Amino acid sequence: MLFRCLSKEGFRDLVEMTLETIEVVGPKEIGRDKDDNPIHHYLPVSNPDELDFDYATTEYSAKTYFLPFQENLSTYRFDEDDWTQDIRYRIQPRAIIGLHACDINGLLKLDKVFARDFFPSPYYISRRENTFIVGIDHEPCEGGFCRSLGTDTVTHGFDLFLTDLGDRYFVAIGSDRGFGALQKVHAREITDEDTHDYLTERQRLAGLFQAEVPVHDLGTLLDIEFTSEVWEKWGRKCMSCGSCAMVCPTCYCYGVMEKVSMDFERGVKQRQAYSCNLVDFAEVAGGHNFRPDSTTRLKYRYYHQHRGFVEIYDEPKCVGCNRCGRTCLAGISPVEVITDLQMDEQT
Amino acid sequence: MKNLFQPYDVSLESEMLEPLDFNRRSRLKETDRCFKAEILNVIRLTDMEKLFQVRILDESEGERFSFLPGQFVMVEVPGYGEIPISISSSTSRTGYVELCIRRAGIVTGALHRAKRGAHIGIRGPFGTHFPIETMKGYDVLLIAGGLGLAPLRSSIFAVIENRADFENVHILYGTKSPDQLLFDYQYEEWGRIDDIDLQVIVEEPDNEWTGPVGLITKLLDGIEIDPQRTFAIVCGPPVMFKFVCSRLSEQGMPMRRMFISLERRMHCGMGKCCRCNIGSTFTCMEGPVFDYWTVMNLKEAI
Ligand SMILES: Cc1cc2nc3c(=O)[nH]c(=O)nc-3n(C[C@H](O)[C@H](O)[C@H](O)COP(=O)(O)OP(=O)(O)OC[C@H]3O[C@@H](n4cnc5c(N)ncnc54)[C@H](O)[C@@H]3O)c2cc1C
Ligand code: SF4
Ligand code: SF4
Ligand code: FES
Repeated sequence: MLFRCLSKEGFRDLVEMTLETIEVVGPKEIGRDKDDNPIHHYLPVSNPDELDFDYATTEYSAKTYFLPFQENLSTYRFDEDDWTQDIRYRIQPRAIIGLHACDINGLLKLDKVFARDFFPSPYYISRRENTFIVGIDHEPCEGGFCRSLGTDTVTHGFDLFLTDLGDRYFVAIGSDRGFGALQKVHAREITDEDTHDYLTERQRLAGLFQAEVPVHDLGTLLDIEFTSEVWEKWGRKCMSCGSCAMVCPTCYCYGVMEKVSMDFERGVKQRQAYSCNLVDFAEVAGGHNFRPDSTTRLKYRYYHQHRGFVEIYDEPKCVGCNRCGRTCLAGISPVEVITDLQMDEQT
Repeated sequence: MKNLFQPYDVSLESEMLEPLDFNRRSRLKETDRCFKAEILNVIRLTDMEKLFQVRILDESEGERFSFLPGQFVMVEVPGYGEIPISISSSTSRTGYVELCIRRAGIVTGALHRAKRGAHIGIRGPFGTHFPIETMKGYDVLLIAGGLGLAPLRSSIFAVIENRADFENVHILYGTKSPDQLLFDYQYEEWGRIDDIDLQVIVEEPDNEWTGPVGLITKLLDGIEIDPQRTFAIVCGPPVMFKFVCSRLSEQGMPMRRMFISLERRMHCGMGKCCRCNIGSTFTCMEGPVFDYWTVMNLKEAI
């Protein structure tokens, strides 16, 4: 990998120049919670000062810029007894600046589902290719367990990745696009001092990240614990609201539905984010529901993340950001659920 | 910066410009582009089911479309929705496919109201198929309950059109009552083919019914099965295939040689939406056709 060093002013120039040509999205404070902690979202910004890199986490992940909650797959124009189908892919470039390693790892997992092996999705690929991604190192957020899942660092999937060295950024370059952008703002070659400071900072950060939950062998454990009481305990609390899947950087289940315009001239086929915790997720014609109660649905969500996904892609679907835990009104925390399962097996 | 952030247009990728072919799974394609198709004929089978003969309008698209018995297509009625439907016709029939559809809700309701000449969309084929080739040289049991005859029918054609390739062939079909029997006009034809044993049974006969009465498993009583020389395809609701398969298994048939088709909710057909997921198995990709051993090992399958 190539590295460069960029002054803070240089970085500011980079953001400003980017803003002149394309939309820039980044962590932005949108309010405070009841304990007066700032709440951040990834939102479009209009100047570099709106980017708040001092954020712990965002309420929602950046997934929505790649898999929007709602997306038109195609539109139909009706004409007498016939119709024509029109399909558009989003091709406007956009930059997302300030993603943490876990979120970039989340995108890498989505890439495996939507951009590889079988039926690659032109909708996703188009959004992904048109997004310029700048990641940034940070101190661990409270409750996150990325370290346990090996997603606290990232080596690809971005254009640029910044490490803050106080007066300057140490920049890892992940694409020729990123290389080109750095040239425009005269980033300089790294010196021995830069490397030294970078390694020191990396070491400091690494020391702050602790593995919270043991997740190795979780797949096998889930098989063994398929009928565990643990699912009863947590599943009964679940209100089947689906919020956990909405905020999650890797949950990608969806539903497709169609609508007709009021004048009956147009129809639209839409992809809509869904959650496997919603009651009708697995209901089929005739009214049969393969997962009628919240317990089996919650279990299924964990099963997909730590067993099903692993079987296909050799890694869990979860990046340990704990957004689902923070957002859940029923207080269902992934760390506690997994810990309970581990305990259950030992007793 | 302008030249750095040039819009990338996925539709100009060379794979995207190739003719649309859903059998080439790994290729980049317009996944949600459907083949426009015309309803050539609508045949009323029962109060609830109709058979639709559907032809892909574009000739070259129609010629490229090929499927295997047991596979399904996503049928789209623009403005209403898109649903998975098994292909019910013979693989050797070119020019059109047949879809046997039960009226069950919004999209199927719209289809039932559609007239000859209407245009719908189809995408596919998707999913796995029954292993007709592997079954050659063996005895074959083709067993359907209720609407299960729809996904089985393509295999029935594959077997009777190549009768000489198989040993003993039994076709067993059961429904609740005689008025629910699908394709009754075809039994005569199938039954007349030399050396095909076709038997139909109902649970609740009406006054005109002269055939056997009872559950489908009753028909198995009268059949001599050589467990090591037989393949079975069983299509129907879960209670039905469970009964039939465990019965065949008791008679010594390996579970690997029994095949069934599972139904799950499906919103894409391409291993993306997760709606069809059983534990860690995508029914649309690894199914809908499974051997019974695999089904027994799927968590929460039946
Ligand atoms: C592989 C496969 C093959 C099938 N083959 C046939 C066939 O040959 N003939 C036939 O009549 N039926 C078949 N079905 C069932 C058929 O897909 C459903 O009857 C149909 O989706 C109902 O759609 P609807 O819009 O009319 O119902 P809706 O009004 O949408 O809903 C009625 C019920 O159907 C369920 N449903 C809705 N959309 C879907 C969907 N996409 N997939 C599954 N269930 C859904 C809902 O849970 C709802 O309870 C098949 C299903 C699968 C999975
Ligand atoms: S786990 Fe929590 S957030 Fe998720 S569906 Fe249940 S109640 Fe909602
Ligand atoms: S911790 Fe929760 S929200 Fe974060 S990746 Fe894992 S499942 Fe998704
Ligand atoms: S139908 Fe969407 S994943 Fe199988």
